[in-house]
Amino acid sequence: MSVTPTSPDSIIPRLKAETLSSLTKKGVRADGRGLEDFREVKIITNYLPKADGSALVKLGDTQVLVGVKIELGSPYPDTPEEGVLVVSAEFVPTASPAFEPGPPDENAIELARVIDRVLREYGVIDTSKLAIIPGRKAWVVWIDIYVLDHGGNLIDASAIATLAALLTTRIPKYTVSENESIQVDKSSFSGPLPVVRKAVTVTVGKLGDSLIVDPTIEEEKVVSSKLIVGVGEDGSIAGLQKSGDGYLTLQEVEKAIQLALKKGGELLAKIAESVKSPEATSAGSAGTPSVEGEKPPESNA
Amino acid sequence: MKREKPKLVSEDGVRHDGRRLDELRPVKMEVGVLSNASGSAYVEFGKTRVIAAVYGPREPPQRYMVLPHRAVLRCRYHMAPFSTDERKNPAPSRREIEISKVIREALEPVVMSEAFPRTSIDVFIEVISADGGTRTAALNAASLALADAGVPMRDLVAAVAVGKVDGYLVLDIDQVEDNYGEADMPVAMAPSLNMVTLLQLNGVLSPQEFSQALNLALKGVNEVYKLQKETLRNKYLVRVE
Repeated sequence: MSVTPTSPDSIIPRLKAETLSSLTKKGVRADGRGLEDFREVKIITNYLPKADGSALVKLGDTQVLVGVKIELGSPYPDTPEEGVLVVSAEFVPTASPAFEPGPPDENAIELARVIDRVLREYGVIDTSKLAIIPGRKAWVVWIDIYVLDHGGNLIDASAIATLAALLTTRIPKYTVSENESIQVDKSSFSGPLPVVRKAVTVTVGKLGDSLIVDPTIEEEKVVSSKLIVGVGEDGSIAGLQKSGDGYLTLQEVEKAIQLALKKGGELLAKIAESVKSPEATSAGSAGTPSVEGEKPPESNA
Repeated sequence: MKREKPKLVSEDGVRHDGRRLDELRPVKMEVGVLSNASGSAYVEFGKTRVIAAVYGPREPPQRYMVLPHRAVLRCRYHMAPFSTDERKNPAPSRREIEISKVIREALEPVVMSEAFPRTSIDVFIEVISADGGTRTAALNAASLALADAGVPMRDLVAAVAVGKVDGYLVLDIDQVEDNYGEADMPVAMAPSLNMVTLLQLNGVLSPQEFSQALNLALKGVNEVYKLQKETLRNKYLVRVE
């Protein structure tokens, strides 16, 4: 059952709310950004030694870690010649005083399902290349989104981290014996995960009568509703989700989508620039962490 | 057992069930179908059938679950085990949890919750037969049930899904069109207030297709809105001689 949020964490002092919306009216924001500016994005790929693909993304104060595990499984009966994609999200209690331990709540479920839809419907992964024995064995791509620190706009940070992790994911080496038993050798790789098209999400928030991108956690408490837009690399709309207790007018919907498509293109260019896909033949080591920009990560030395 | 995609729209724009591209399924609506609820509604779009009940404003079972300045909305979308082709496990799925959330968020802007502080307004929706477009049918029923309960509202919420099937944009897609189609876009609006209160897209559309789809949804939403108002009028309008 879904209930109107009653937690004190969802309430912001009225004075602060008024300050944020009066700033927005002037076209600026509390952290000095313009209405259409993203916060700085930092992407660290190959962050985890045990995962088959991973990325840590910092979007302002928000930190999201995505680990991809490739495991042997069975294809779905209605798609016997395709691999399987599973997206889950955990809002771990390290991330916010509002997060409680326990099974994923409606917000975590919504986040995972929105990202799942964008990946699946846009065809980011060519799942037809993930069948091993059609109808019997296929690779299962487990995408686990871990929200480590909640500074707002979890969905876009998760989408960036997911794409970066997938782009660096490698499929383990395997052999199929005569009796169709499969040996997986995780110490070396048969090739990169077939990521054939790229997509991200851009969240546009409605703050008063203005539209802003990439809201901070404080702005999210004042934003009446958000439109999450899946943006494909060819400029198509790869999914939509209105989220939040408010509404958008028809005109705001059109404006929000135009804004999202523009910003999504910029984000995709940034990801392409900072994430190098793995060598198809680089067997052996799990890869060394590669960091976007010049600065090394503080925590990964 | 790989599924072959059947042809769902003919060259002259007729759909697999004989509808035109911009035609709703046969719609039935009725309010006041349950005796215990404060308000209730039954809504049918073809083979999709839902019942909604509203309880409240009332004291919620857990006293901490209230707000000092308004009522809280509690909403559950649930599918009956016999509503689908294969029996559905009655435990709430991730899909049902997400749909409960987007339905609640679609109702929040129209319900005048500020009139009932420290109470809860509960909306329970049961899908008894699912043939595509269940969340939009659910929202139409919920909105009617709220009105039937006498909960003050700024407007009704009317909803319909637009799909892309065989390259055509079609109104009110059913299960087959959803399974084999390229896109499914449910839209809910408070039509008199120009509020879009629910918008989702599962699939890929170009910006041009999206604008066309939104226009088609608007046409459908207005038709549903008219039917909702007629349903309420038939129940509540008293002719004064």
